[in-house]
Amino acid sequence: MRRLLYLLPVALFGVLALFFLKGLTMNPRDIPSVLINRPVPEMNLAPLPGRGEDTGLATADLKGRVSLVNIYGSWCIACVQEHPYLVKIKQMGIVPIHGIDWRDDPAEGAKWLKKHGDPYDRVGVDPAPGRTAIDFGVTGAPETFVVDKAGIIRYKHIGPVSQDVWENTLLPIIKELSK
Amino acid sequence: MKKLAVALMLLAATPAFAADPSEMLKDPVLEKKAEDLGHELRCLVCQNESIEDSNADLARDLRVIVRERIAKGETPDQVKQYVVDRYGDYVLLKPPFKITTLVLWLGPFALLVLGALAAFAVFRRRGAAATQTQSAPLSAEEKRRLDALLKDNGQ
Repeated sequence: MRRLLYLLPVALFGVLALFFLKGLTMNPRDIPSVLINRPVPEMNLAPLPGRGEDTGLATADLKGRVSLVNIYGSWCIACVQEHPYLVKIKQMGIVPIHGIDWRDDPAEGAKWLKKHGDPYDRVGVDPAPGRTAIDFGVTGAPETFVVDKAGIIRYKHIGPVSQDVWENTLLPIIKELSK
Repeated sequence: MKKLAVALMLLAATPAFAADPSEMLKDPVLEKKAEDLGHELRCLVCQNESIEDSNADLARDLRVIVRERIAKGETPDQVKQYVVDRYGDYVLLKPPFKITTLVLWLGPFALLVLGALAAFAVFRRRGAAATQTQSAPLSAEEKRRLDALLKDNGQ
């Protein structure tokens, strides 16, 4: 019995080591969002130039059906990586994607969409200091929010959307919310 | 000459501030409030820097918004709540004391107390063992043998 007591520090060390090992495999960029299950913030963003009838993005635009809100910017490198997949999602016609052109010159944002394709239904411009992005708790671009029919944020994905993220994470949530 | 040059250069060097002078509030009291608060807020991009120390765009945006709100007359606690509402407790460099952070705050002290108790128990047992051996008197037989041995030695 006494012998076992001497093993206690070793056991404690083992537990700590397990926690640290787990920590090594976690992504420090995945900061849990406090906005999950809260309504989308109040916003009324101006449209991008040259997008036809788009009137920008307002809170009311996110009610009525499940939608994605994607934060992007013409300065954002990882956005270039995810963009072709967003265009693909648009072609599937399952869910509308709205864009927020964050901390960007609207002219640049529009030019960037011409170059890389335009998957968005509506685009709102959020110039520095990016009040709407901060209301969304954005930590960097790209980020993608799933918003339900009532305009409540249900999920936040940090980083580029890929086929894997779409099929295994976003699509199941969208299907569940669309019921 | 070289020493003089170094001294001059050191004189010219000022501490680096991430905050752009143009961002700073005119009122030094309010600016101090905003700075103190900014030092408590984590930059979400560089994560181990405060927004006052970080050069990231997002940190800059938050600095601007913190100053705006302070200038409007909000208290630092109100502004802090505004940021926490959007980014969670994670944004605070010093985690708040509440149920979910109890282990974090009290764990080290609990371990310290545990260690002290263990050390106390061990030392007390050792002390008790030591006095016990000291106080055991020699039996008559032992005494006789000891005397004999000492006598032998004396010869």
